[in-house]
Amino acid sequence: MSMPGTPFAFMGCIELIENLGRKALDERELCELLEQVPAGSVFYHTYGYFLRHRFFIRPFANDFASWAVIHARDRMLGERLAVVDPFEFGDLEQLREELISIIDDHLSRRAVVPRVDYGEPFYFMQSHVVKVPTGHEARTLAEFRNGLAEVEASAVYFHTVEARMRLGRPSGDFAEWLATSLGRADLAEQVRRIDVYLSSLERVRANILSLLDAALGDQAGPER
Amino acid sequence: MVKIEDYRDVAPQGTVDLLLRLAERVRGRRSLHVSAARFGGGVAETLQRLVQIMNDLGSETSWEVIGGDAEFFAASRVINAALQGADRVITEGMREHYVEMNRLTAQKLRLEADLVVVHDPQPASLIEHRPAEGKWIWRCHIDLSAPQRRAWKFVRQYVARYDGVVFSLPSFAPRLSVPQFIIYPSIDPLSDKNRELSRREVRTLMESLGVPQDKPILLQVGQFDSYRDPLGTISAYRIVKRHHDVRLVLAGGGTAEGLESPEVLAEVREAASHDPDIEVLDLPPEAHLQINALQRAATIVLQKSVRDGVALTVAEAMWKGKPVIGGTTGGIPIQIINDVTGYTVNSVAGAAYWVRHLLSNPELIARMGGSGREQVRRSFLFTRHFSDYLALLTHLTGGPA
Repeated sequence: MSMPGTPFAFMGCIELIENLGRKALDERELCELLEQVPAGSVFYHTYGYFLRHRFFIRPFANDFASWAVIHARDRMLGERLAVVDPFEFGDLEQLREELISIIDDHLSRRAVVPRVDYGEPFYFMQSHVVKVPTGHEARTLAEFRNGLAEVEASAVYFHTVEARMRLGRPSGDFAEWLATSLGRADLAEQVRRIDVYLSSLERVRANILSLLDAALGDQAGPER
Repeated sequence: MVKIEDYRDVAPQGTVDLLLRLAERVRGRRSLHVSAARFGGGVAETLQRLVQIMNDLGSETSWEVIGGDAEFFAASRVINAALQGADRVITEGMREHYVEMNRLTAQKLRLEADLVVVHDPQPASLIEHRPAEGKWIWRCHIDLSAPQRRAWKFVRQYVARYDGVVFSLPSFAPRLSVPQFIIYPSIDPLSDKNRELSRREVRTLMESLGVPQDKPILLQVGQFDSYRDPLGTISAYRIVKRHHDVRLVLAGGGTAEGLESPEVLAEVREAASHDPDIEVLDLPPEAHLQINALQRAATIVLQKSVRDGVALTVAEAMWKGKPVIGGTTGGIPIQIINDVTGYTVNSVAGAAYWVRHLLSNPELIARMGGSGREQVRRSFLFTRHFSDYLALLTHLTGGPA
């Protein structure tokens, strides 16, 4: 946890992808395997989506929804899965249960189980995230702004997604540091409320930079 | 000699700095790569860069090529083809010779390293000679999704003894009991195949190929075999031609083991023979600048494969800012973002439709081309590949040395 005056060290990350060797060719298999795979796989296909698609905003913000629409050609299930915002769940098992419940319910209303005919199976993966210090540190709001503008996009992922969902820092690192080290609870709250879901890392970065620029513009005297 | 700094202008912001930091963590670790060939093909090209840069960054990395006689390499080619599904007979003599040659190789090589990466099936049985220390990874660059059963049974006994296996795509991976990692393929933006070419260079190269640039060019690059479906591409072109005056260029060459390249090439030439707007170019494997120029001169690139491997010609074309229309097979769907960088299709009709769609809405061509280049920059450049390798090295060999 940040203490007043603690510098912010931007941390990037790289994802080593592991194939679990399990694949689903239809939605029934998707549901069954989703019950069995490690929690890390649920994480990879939901939260991890943002690290892999950091630049382009895709139509469906998790791998399960994308697969249902594009490969199983089941737009209805895709839409129901897409609306699940992983950031609304406290833990991965709750998220897993929600996804399974949706697929189960959907299949109970279908006479035929949608399967892949021309597309790809759903390959269950998980990843090993390797943290990499970027070397950028900030002690002031201006330094923080400049550091955020320069760091590789994985740093945005690490401090907003990994920090919140796997490292037990529910506000995310940016908001926590702004509040505790700089005493800017107001700005921290604005940053914390930025909607990561349905966005891209570059968009999240841009949104935070806008907030920081506005805050810096309010400060007397140019620091930049 | 290429250095990691040379990628700073082409890689995404912050990437080179991140790589330098990550490389610091593995400084002092020793890696060894073992493969069957030092030249020719994407594997050798990638290894050349990777080894160069790793050593430049202070992580001792060596690359050995296995020895063997003509009998060994003949057996290896048969095993390779069988692993990719071709119908081949692997005799007991072939298996014994394969194992014996790798045993002799093991005696000549220094196999001690923190991480040993053995590439592809030819050296796979080297695992029998691994020292007590060090992690061993089998790096498979071929499609093992539907191997001939006996061939896989033979090689699998060795693969199962590695600490992990790396595949280029999840669809290439068979069932295995050891950890499997995915490292997607990549292109090198600084190579002759992908570096920037001036308009004059492109014009000169196109003239040397005898391809006019007087009308929009539809291009497909790939081996002349039934998997790449050049005849289907011609059919798609004919549908488009009814509405748009375009030229089709089919450029390829080389032959994958066991595929019917000469026959298909003859069929393609026959299909193209009465149309002056179809160019069929049978190019040598080292025609990198020529392919580069063709991709830059093209308006739209097709990769209408019905079966394919990693298909990096897609990323190559996208890197040159071209929309790509490709088949839903192999590595093509992971590279193309549908409706953003191009389209994935399942039929001749689909390919024709989207080509026509783009030609009728030319503003999409530039927009998709720009998006495609960014997609490659973020996901399919050598810098990403290098970061995956560093992540693997870090993950398997623990914290800082």
